[in-house]
Amino acid sequence: MTTESATTQGSSEAKFGETLLSVKGLRMYFPVTSGLFVQRKVADVRAVDGISFDVKKGETLGLVGESGCGKSTTGRAILQLHRPTEGTVNFDGTELTELKGAGLRRFRRRMQMIFQDPFSSLNPRMSVAQIISEPLAIHGLYKGAERRERLDYILNAVGLNPTYARRYPHEFSGGQRQRIGIGRALAVEPDFIVCDEPVSALDVSIQAQVINLLEDLQEQFDLTYLFIAHDLSVVKHISDRIAVMYLGHIVELAEAEELYLNPVHAYTRALLSAIPIPDPIVEQTRDRIILEGDVPSPLNPPKGCVFRTRCTKKDQCKCSDTVPVLEEIEPGHWVANCQCCMTK
Amino acid sequence: MARLLEVEDLQTYFFTDEGTVRAVDGVSWGIEAGETLALVGESGCGKSVTAMSILRLIPNPPGRIVGGSITFDGLDLLNVSDAEMRAIRGNRIAMIFQEPMTSLNPVLTIGQQIREAIELHLGMNEDEATQKAIELLELVGIPEAEQRIQDYPHQFSGGMRQRVMIAMALSCDPKLLIADEPTTALDVTIQAQILEIMANLCSELGTAVLVITHNLGVVARYADRVNVMYAGQIVEMGTAVDIFKNPQHAYTRGLMASVPRLDDTEHTRLATIEGQPPLLIQEINGCAFRPRCTKVSGCHCSTTKENNPKLVEVEPGHWVADCPCCMTAD
Repeated sequence: MTTESATTQGSSEAKFGETLLSVKGLRMYFPVTSGLFVQRKVADVRAVDGISFDVKKGETLGLVGESGCGKSTTGRAILQLHRPTEGTVNFDGTELTELKGAGLRRFRRRMQMIFQDPFSSLNPRMSVAQIISEPLAIHGLYKGAERRERLDYILNAVGLNPTYARRYPHEFSGGQRQRIGIGRALAVEPDFIVCDEPVSALDVSIQAQVINLLEDLQEQFDLTYLFIAHDLSVVKHISDRIAVMYLGHIVELAEAEELYLNPVHAYTRALLSAIPIPDPIVEQTRDRIILEGDVPSPLNPPKGCVFRTRCTKKDQCKCSDTVPVLEEIEPGHWVANCQCCMTK
Repeated sequence: MARLLEVEDLQTYFFTDEGTVRAVDGVSWGIEAGETLALVGESGCGKSVTAMSILRLIPNPPGRIVGGSITFDGLDLLNVSDAEMRAIRGNRIAMIFQEPMTSLNPVLTIGQQIREAIELHLGMNEDEATQKAIELLELVGIPEAEQRIQDYPHQFSGGMRQRVMIAMALSCDPKLLIADEPTTALDVTIQAQILEIMANLCSELGTAVLVITHNLGVVARYADRVNVMYAGQIVEMGTAVDIFKNPQHAYTRGLMASVPRLDDTEHTRLATIEGQPPLLIQEINGCAFRPRCTKVSGCHCSTTKENNPKLVEVEPGHWVADCPCCMTAD
């Protein structure tokens, strides 16, 4: 995927404002070391291998893919929780990969994260008030009595009773804990939130509550989301545009409805057909594409098209030589241009 | 003709220091030979405890089956000896667990683990059992089965391990297979592979399947009939089409409406069920769904134990807990 690709994404421009986040050629490799006394690098885990996309102000970009495809690493690399190996992350006109120390911390206020596991992402020894106030203290916002007011405001906004402020995480259910995590992210008035599988640990009826809350907050506070999840039905529900990732690459990027109605890449089609629809009558007639095998190891990804090893046309496939790049086949609809994967 | 498995008024309680947890509180249902029944509900509603009760795997203490009966193929499972129960487990009733990572023994090869049940239940010698193990692995789609039976579980991926679990479960040609969240830990494309293999093999062998899941999509695709559980009780039972197309209980309706569907064309707000499921440590009097019912203010349901809703048949084969509030649409 070239660095030029996916810089403009057509039709979504009308609905949303200017570009808030621009990721170009992002690579995140983790070294694998070996040796008893001297740790020598023997290989790289290519978690994210050259991806580019833009996120507009006020929009939700969904990032889907299976475990190990690099979705979470992408989110963390954008927030500079991992320093990218290569590539640029431009947030509202500032290049984040060049920032450090206090300069980076100032931007961290504007970019927050909501984590997957509401049980391990809250400190069990801190009360709700302490959890939500800590980011305010770090960034020196809302001092004194104002902080108390801010706390009540945030708790109300995420649908928790302000009298719960003195309680500890173990006193809450999973859904309520996730609300605390959302409150913590929201407290510092961010512009951009990376939601890393925020509902996958929750039960169905609680999942719906949290999804609705995220949508309400987006409207109320003018938030921009990068929504990472493996459940395509949830991602499709909440996202304006969706990027499908496979083994560190984006294979397809389009508006949510377009991606569902007109999927082009073989992996996207398989992923969509693998998700059963909760309707027995629809399911009776639905065709399924069952992919063979497992996702290859990112330690040693296939050369050329990364989907090659699971492609149904792999016998005639000649795509081992060229690395596919994202190509705009229709305004706003980008596909990795592997010839095999693009034909049905 | 009697059904393959008949569960009658089953009550499984856990006696803890904090009090008695009524994990399963009086459920009655059955499975016909060869059919697929799904047990649906949120975490803590008693799905897994029901399955464990059938196999008598409830840890005692603190758990105990305090009432009811379970009849399998004419045999009263709650009154057979431990030795008889051991001869049934893994033989005529098999189970697949949720976690393919932890339910295989890491220090035994795959071959040894599959052979164990075959040698024990079918009385084969080692060579015959090895041959059978290889056949089974080929059946569930593991390439180079002959070499791979010498591998250890850590050399298999999650999806492959779950295939091994299916091979083990089906090794003795069981009449009933209990699959407790068989694919929750797996990725979607792998999930599709595994469910397809399981469904195909079971329909070939005529095995009845009790599948426990919270994924309504999986239920819609694979189940013939569905039991919806809430707070240790069944609130609705019926065919998959009844439950999805004509849900009668407020909880079932709420559950159906709260899942985003891939084929939704317009963006609509998800319906939610406000509040949390009740704590089972408190005795539930009256309708268990009462605190979350949208009509709670106008609800005249009785709150005494004697008037707990009972299942009534609203159309042939479609049973609903007869709480008048929950049964009326909004």
